[in-house]
Amino acid sequence: MDNKLIASSSPHIRNDETTQKLMLDVIIALLPALVASIFYFGTKSIILVVCSVAAAVITEYACEKFMGRPVTVTDLSAVVTGMLLAFNLPSTAPWWIAVAGSVFAIAIVKQVFGGLGFNFLNPALAARAFIMASWSSHIASGFIDPATDAVSSATPLTMIKTGAAGQLPSIADMLMGNIPGVIGETSAILLILGGIYLIYRGTIKWIIPVVYIGTVAVIALVTDGASLLLYHIFGGGLMLGAFFMATDYATSPVTDKGKVIFAVGAGILTMLIRKMGGYPEGVSYSILLMNILTPMIDKYVQPKVFGVAGGKKNEK
Amino acid sequence: MSTKLFTFKGGVHPPTSKTLTQDVPIEDAVEPKTVVIPLSQHIGAPCDPLIAVGDTVKVGQKIGESKAFMSVPVHSSVSGTVKRIEQHYIPNGSKANCVVIESDGKFEVHESVRPKGTVEKLTKEEVLSIIKEGGMAGMGGATFPTHVKLSPPKDKPIDILIVNGAECEPYLTADHRIMLEKPELVLLGVKAIMKALGVNKGYIGIEKNKPDAIEIMQKTVEGQEGIEVAPLEVKYPQGDEKRIINAITGRIVPSGGLPMEVGCVVENVGTVATIGNIIKTGMPLIQRVVTVSGSAVQNPKNLYVRIGTSFKDVIEQCGGYKEEPGKLINGGPMMGIAQFSDEVPVVKGTSGILVLNKKEADLPEPSNCILCGRCVDACPVQLMPYKISRYTIQKNFDAADEYHAADCIECGGCSFVCPAKRPLKETISVAKKEILARRKKVK
Repeated sequence: MDNKLIASSSPHIRNDETTQKLMLDVIIALLPALVASIFYFGTKSIILVVCSVAAAVITEYACEKFMGRPVTVTDLSAVVTGMLLAFNLPSTAPWWIAVAGSVFAIAIVKQVFGGLGFNFLNPALAARAFIMASWSSHIASGFIDPATDAVSSATPLTMIKTGAAGQLPSIADMLMGNIPGVIGETSAILLILGGIYLIYRGTIKWIIPVVYIGTVAVIALVTDGASLLLYHIFGGGLMLGAFFMATDYATSPVTDKGKVIFAVGAGILTMLIRKMGGYPEGVSYSILLMNILTPMIDKYVQPKVFGVAGGKKNEK
Repeated sequence: MSTKLFTFKGGVHPPTSKTLTQDVPIEDAVEPKTVVIPLSQHIGAPCDPLIAVGDTVKVGQKIGESKAFMSVPVHSSVSGTVKRIEQHYIPNGSKANCVVIESDGKFEVHESVRPKGTVEKLTKEEVLSIIKEGGMAGMGGATFPTHVKLSPPKDKPIDILIVNGAECEPYLTADHRIMLEKPELVLLGVKAIMKALGVNKGYIGIEKNKPDAIEIMQKTVEGQEGIEVAPLEVKYPQGDEKRIINAITGRIVPSGGLPMEVGCVVENVGTVATIGNIIKTGMPLIQRVVTVSGSAVQNPKNLYVRIGTSFKDVIEQCGGYKEEPGKLINGGPMMGIAQFSDEVPVVKGTSGILVLNKKEADLPEPSNCILCGRCVDACPVQLMPYKISRYTIQKNFDAADEYHAADCIECGGCSFVCPAKRPLKETISVAKKEILARRKKVK
């Protein structure tokens, strides 16, 4: 028996958490909002999700084969990217936009930089920016209003932007998702539910969502007053962004302090874009900008090492 | 009494797996026919043999000694004849000079083995000498010579003794059983060490998942001035020296420093009880409690084993292997050392013999780091394991040093929690070794 013993370095036990299980948790957390999107926007929504996920998984497989890397589609990270990308599209978007976005997200944003964990931008958000730059007419107008089934070009945030606050839907509709918007962002309450599930499971920490949403709330309260506060919080992509995009491991800081800086920054940028920028909504660009700052945050915000005075290196 | 639980920052919660043996009383192991006693079972200078091949020896007889301060003698655990003095593999993975003694089955005790009297009557110097001559080295696994720890330089005054009964390694229950079954030896040992150190404050730190041990030790120390039990939160590595000091006293041992820099000495329960036994009976360290456990052992047990007994003999007494073993470990699953053979002797630092089955021994396939930060949260030293590991793989040891790789205590918590199953601790250990070697060269 002797030569069959494995003599590896300690530790000799591992916990049963895996990348795949973490990604599966995110998928589970996104399901309620997915169901709501089908309810509000019909089969168009599920078609976009299926196209987007399929394109993401196939692209990942193809890239890894082509680059001679181990195929990792079973870690489900491409599925998550595909779902998040589709969630960022209006139901009127053609299917090929979902496919193009997924190919861009996986091939250019993720695989070119080394695959999972090496991307410096959130793939789904970068792909959304790519689509916005390429086919903005297809996705920035033409939101379906689930209440009337008519095409409307105005989401609640557009109404605020254009000074049409009088047409704003009720807060109850905002919470439930009975408002125009991209397919995954409308139902604030179900996104919060998914986010709480992720926090409860320990998949994500509470810090980024709470601080991000809190920062937006404070700025909204100061600039637009209490009457528009809830529209700023529940409107647009804030819930989707705060719980599911800004918490992306690879593109957000690893330390708790770093997470706070990241979330405050994203909150400020979001409100800056909403209030002063050209777009009605700023969640995706603000997260992308903070993604770029993340390596720097991780470099300068480090935990204080036990027994090391002032966190500085011991002179030997 | 305080209900506050002491703990530290960071750490992980591996399954404790202690139910296999925690209620199994310590049992005397079957007397070995042959023992292989390494002349080096401690950190420091190895011993020179005091006997020659063909000599007869008795139980407790000193068979190896070194003139160096940083060394402790070794004693025979059986009576019989010295058959060979030869190189043999020992549980730390290296080869060491070992004395092979064939037992005559009589277990005749050597004349030098005599009770040492009461602690009250012994002087500080006498206690230190008894501890050194008794062959004492830290039995928690690190095997640092005990008398060296108890002889701090004049400029490092010690005021607190901490007895480490955390036993935070999964599976291991040896210290737990010692506290339950031999609390009076623990107390005797505590008093002896406090005398040797000249301190009047002693804490016995025990994780709260051993309520019976906490209760018994509390009863035992009742009325003993300056000695109290400190219940600890159940968290790995609660029993790490610097963590337990921080948990109980709030003091922070500086990077690269020893506990004495903050006035503390930490001794493991097994070590303390053995010191108690040496004072009570005069018998040096020739036997220790070993937890034999794991999925591939037929009947997991806590055995009182003679030093030099082979792992194979010990496992046979536990009904042998239940299934084909995949991994054989000296110590616990988090920090223990995997063996490539069961023909190695039990040594002073063997707190456990753990046998994992094939499935558990399978090494997981690592995948990309997803930067989840779980290793950063788990690190009890507040390092960034993923970064150090990455720099190590790139052979960028300067960067690894900048991120304090040398402060790693190699607890394995980072690797344990990594969802990508990356060998974090395994690579950081490489960096630590390299960095410490470089520092030595510079000096």
